Amino acid sequence: MGATPTAAVLDAGNLQQLLDILQKQNYQTVGPTVRDNAVVYEHIQSVEDLPRGWTDEQTNGRYRLTHGKGKKFFGYVHGPNSWKKFLYPPARQLYAADRMKHRFDVVAPEPSGIKPALIGVRACELAAIMVQDRVLMDGEYIDPEYKARRQNAVIVAVNCTRAGGTCFCASMNTGPRVQEGYDILLTEVVDSHGHYFTVETASEKGRAIAAQLATSPASEEQLAAARQAVDKAARQMGRTLDLTDLKDSLYRGFDSIHWEKVAGRCLTCGNCTMVCPTCFCVNVEDTTALTGEQAFRIRRWDSCFTVDFSYIHGGSIRATDYSRYRQWLLHKLAYWQDQFGVVGCVGCGRCITWCPVGIDITEEARAVKG
Amino acid sequence: MASKKKPTLAVWKFASCDGCQLSLLDCEDELLAVADVVQIANFPEASRAVKRGPYDISLVEGSITTPHDAERIHKIRRMSKTLVVIGACATAGGIQALRNFTDVRRYVSAVYAHPEYIETLNKSTPIADHVFVDFELRGCPINKYHLIEVINAYLNGRKPNIPSYSVCMECKRKGNVCVMVATGVPCLGPVTQAGCGAICPSFNRGCYSCFGPKETPNTEALAGWLHALDQRPDEIVRAFRGFNAYAEPFRKQSEAYEK
Ligand code: SF4
Ligand code: SF4
Ligand code: SF4
Ligand code: SF4
Repeated sequence: MGATPTAAVLDAGNLQQLLDILQKQNYQTVGPTVRDNAVVYEHIQSVEDLPRGWTDEQTNGRYRLTHGKGKKFFGYVHGPNSWKKFLYPPARQLYAADRMKHRFDVVAPEPSGIKPALIGVRACELAAIMVQDRVLMDGEYIDPEYKARRQNAVIVAVNCTRAGGTCFCASMNTGPRVQEGYDILLTEVVDSHGHYFTVETASEKGRAIAAQLATSPASEEQLAAARQAVDKAARQMGRTLDLTDLKDSLYRGFDSIHWEKVAGRCLTCGNCTMVCPTCFCVNVEDTTALTGEQAFRIRRWDSCFTVDFSYIHGGSIRATDYSRYRQWLLHKLAYWQDQFGVVGCVGCGRCITWCPVGIDITEEARAVKG
Repeated sequence: MASKKKPTLAVWKFASCDGCQLSLLDCEDELLAVADVVQIANFPEASRAVKRGPYDISLVEGSITTPHDAERIHKIRRMSKTLVVIGACATAGGIQALRNFTDVRRYVSAVYAHPEYIETLNKSTPIADHVFVDFELRGCPINKYHLIEVINAYLNGRKPNIPSYSVCMECKRKGNVCVMVATGVPCLGPVTQAGCGAICPSFNRGCYSCFGPKETPNTEALAGWLHALDQRPDEIVRAFRGFNAYAEPFRKQSEAYEK
């Protein structure tokens, strides 16, 4: 766990080796690339696909991508996608059923066997994956597809050397330095020594891959430069969420009049839950073939902001907008602790940037605390 | 299925462009499957063979704009076990409901050489303002897969899977980048019902709300934000006065910015 003293250095010009090794081992290499004015996570083939030189400016309800003088591959922070789209896809058929004479036969698909290599996972994002692990594979109810993809996955994490405008991972103790859960960890540095990555490993899988890279031993100076770059990111962070007494103070605020105020601004559009890397809710839809001879069950990402989400025989139990906003905020920051033993928010700031009307969970949490 | 009598289906047209009923013909591959399980008994766009009612399912396209139509819809309702209205015209009055914001006589005298021959109502109204409607299928035009889903659900005695949440949900599941956040383009997705598959944001355009207001649409908050994104009040009025201009939340919001 953490930095191994024998960290290596990879020249930035050799980054393609990493992709080549992973692809040769039949990994689907997915990572950041520029599309439609943002950095998104998609299948990437080569380092040419990476958002080299791009940085993002983020604030409440606003994201702008700019191409600067820099040459970093990972100089952006993150965009609207999260890795859950590869580990927990937005739509999936759970089973098909064939009508027989007096029964129906259910056919559930086998786990897909996909081996994702996630390249460029940030500290908060890795923390989010570990939060989803608790929900989807470490508890009583296991999602077989998630578990299979997760166990097959290789995680190439990247330390943040610049904080995004809406990040607050430092106060959530989830970043900006990657702590655990990775296979390979890169820190990108551009200094008088050149453009290079420090390479650390934390698993057998990671060590086996890193051993094939053309690395050289890292000097004390290079390691210090990498450390300082990450420290700088921590100092840059503009937002905070106070974890002291978080759960109980929020429970005391359950009847706060502030919920109605924020509901006046909230569109109940669901964007925050969709971009959140820890939200895991899905709806389950049953459908039939026209003839009625077959039935299918499909699940799709859902959100507690929809009315149907809490529909129970005859009505929605969260019909008001404020009760739906409250469910989101309290689930992330309070109920989650009772349910899964951790806070459900890792401080990535996506819900702040990608809320079309710029509602800030850290501000709202402060306002409703009792 | 074969031994049972097939349910009968009729298609009716009121003030509209035909686009929605044509989506039934547009189903191509699926159309044969539909024709296998229902008897298309009255569909002038597809066949001149007409079976007399009553009908099990009636699909009604278009809005009510004339006194004659206001009567005709009652006859159709009486002949139909289940009445499904399709498209923005039938569910909200359509683009022609823009007349509702002014005096229709002004248009009539400007457009027609002999306005005295024109018999029209002052307002274009949705079908549900006139008769009981079993299901409203939104869109300008409707999504053909939704239409098949409604027929499918009817045939199999289940609830149709037609969501009433926002376009943003579809937009995000698709992995789109939000155009409003990333470029400042005004988008009606957060107050619009899903169904189109977020077509416009997928092509870097804001949503025009072809599917009308979603459940609990907070149009006021969105309008305020659009204003902050430098949209002028007249632009906000126009944004809400599209195909679903007369749907109540949109009507109220456009009126609020007209003052
Ligand atoms: S609640 Fe917001 S800041 Fe927290 S993990 Fe989710 S998207 Fe990120
Ligand atoms: S915040 Fe809402 S969508 Fe996210 S996990 Fe909780 S209940 Fe589900
Ligand atoms: S908080 Fe923002 S993103 Fe979330 S539902 Fe409300 S308006 Fe949409
Ligand atoms: S582009 Fe429009 S529909 Fe898509 S998420 Fe943004 S606001 Fe919603």
